[in-house]
Amino acid sequence: MSTTQITAGFLPLLDSILLVLAREKGFAEDEGLGLTLVRETSWANIRDRAALGHFDIAQMLAPMPLATSLGLTPLAMPMIAPVVLGLGNNAVTVSDALWRAMADQGAPDDLDPTLTGAALAKAVQASPRKLRFGVVHQTSSHNYELRYWLASSGIVPDRDIEIVVLPPPLLPDALGAGGIDGYCVGEPWNSIGVATKGGHIATAKALIWRSSPDKVVGMRETWAADHPDLVAAIIRAVYRAGLWCAEPDNRSEAAAIMAGAAYLNASSEIVGRALTGTLDIGGVLRQVPDYYIPHASAANFPWKSHALWYYSQMVRWGEVPARTENAAVAAACFRPDLYRSALAPLGVAVPDDDYKIDGLRGKPGKIVTGNGSLMMGADLFFDGQIFDPSALDSYIASQTARG
Amino acid sequence: MPNCDLSILIIDENRIRASIIEDGLREGGHTRVAVIHDVNEVARTIQSEAPDVIVIDLENPKRDTLEHFFSLSRAIQRPIAMFVDRSDGAMIEKAVEAGVSAYVVDGLKKERVKPILDMAISRFNAFARLTRELEQVRGELEDRKIIDQAKAILMKTRGMSEADAYALLRSTAMNQNRRMVDIAQSLITAATLLGPS
Repeated sequence: MSTTQITAGFLPLLDSILLVLAREKGFAEDEGLGLTLVRETSWANIRDRAALGHFDIAQMLAPMPLATSLGLTPLAMPMIAPVVLGLGNNAVTVSDALWRAMADQGAPDDLDPTLTGAALAKAVQASPRKLRFGVVHQTSSHNYELRYWLASSGIVPDRDIEIVVLPPPLLPDALGAGGIDGYCVGEPWNSIGVATKGGHIATAKALIWRSSPDKVVGMRETWAADHPDLVAAIIRAVYRAGLWCAEPDNRSEAAAIMAGAAYLNASSEIVGRALTGTLDIGGVLRQVPDYYIPHASAANFPWKSHALWYYSQMVRWGEVPARTENAAVAAACFRPDLYRSALAPLGVAVPDDDYKIDGLRGKPGKIVTGNGSLMMGADLFFDGQIFDPSALDSYIASQTARG
Repeated sequence: MPNCDLSILIIDENRIRASIIEDGLREGGHTRVAVIHDVNEVARTIQSEAPDVIVIDLENPKRDTLEHFFSLSRAIQRPIAMFVDRSDGAMIEKAVEAGVSAYVVDGLKKERVKPILDMAISRFNAFARLTRELEQVRGELEDRKIIDQAKAILMKTRGMSEADAYALLRSTAMNQNRRMVDIAQSLITAATLLGPS
């Protein structure tokens, strides 16, 4: 089989793992792809170099293709995401001092977002200065989740606390130096903050919104249209990498590969924590259900409703006006049609719908598809809200009203 | 010189490169040029210098921080756009290839900013070339040391003159179609393995 060379940008984060495994375990090669991975230093570089064609594809923050397609970024360009790199994998880490203040206000050390959020609200009120939190990018899942958790806990972002942007590897240092009081980031940077800077994990994305998407494979819409076979090959390679990664027997090998100098350059023990969901949250080990889901629960399927949820948050925080055409642009960025057609030859079960309601499923359950069935994990929001994409306008209105 | 009233801010953690760009801009008649090496100072500097154009290197991991800062600034009526003109694809391509990014206050005319970015790109390329050449010279020095060591081994073990030892290394390299330094390195390795400890 002839090989086509593809260049992909990535950032040193655990959830680049499916791209890394696609290369290292030969899943890309099996699909006729020669996959070159380029480690980048900032999300802005990933986005711009993808827009310019330096990268054919890239690991991207789930909201990033939306931001470029909606013209929120300097190099505006239609981008799409035909496959998701997993669910979860984020957490909120706070400094030792802030954790003690939160514990004094009743925060339990079990990551419960309702209780730790309430304790944070009291700590924010009692603080003589404005607390400062770091996120990795403005249009990042982290920014929107952190804001969602804060707002539902009675804290008004931007008014009650400050949110700043720093690249993932710099967050633990900034926390240790006192430049920020907490941050929301993907692994391994929470575990590293705990291990090296005395940080404490307060809550996790997997508890704020169960089974929610975080990173995707993003690419220019025109490139995808010009190379449908390559796009299908990429989707299958990522799907197979996910299947392999989800196998518990493969965890230690996967962690060892990711720990390598070319990828995370960190200890494989720390890298492996997120894969098992057993986190050291600050002297206490906690098993977090569904902490990072590389494959199960249709984790690689790009639900258009998930794109719309991120769009709803962009509207909520004033980044884009609520317009029917903007919602249409956002939904068009996620491409379940490409995912389905790429996997059709494998005969695996793939959701029939492009949209799902999130916030209803409290326990794992089956969904029936045209060619089988899929187990889906819980998808609750911690505050009990329900996101029905067919009622987008009223969802946005209710959130804007809450501030 | 119509451009000289523009205020330009250079953000580059590489001090040498930053000063090369600064010199270039000053030679071009720009007097309002500020340089910062630590992006943490950016907020303060932007307030004091009120730059019209910001030039930053792409290796800087804090580009995201900078963009976020600009998006906040947008709210306070200091709109900032990346590069000279979004439609100028070739210019952006050239800048990114060279490793430089520029941010410009919206409303500035393209023709006023283009020469600045052109200058920054050529200085970035010149710096990259200098660095490459320096590495090459270092590599050549290192090679020479290895060849000298191999010559000394031949002179000692086979009683050859320096010229003959050099000629033998060279002809072996040519016959085997390998670099002389590789032959010399093999010889040193073999001598270490075989020679008296």
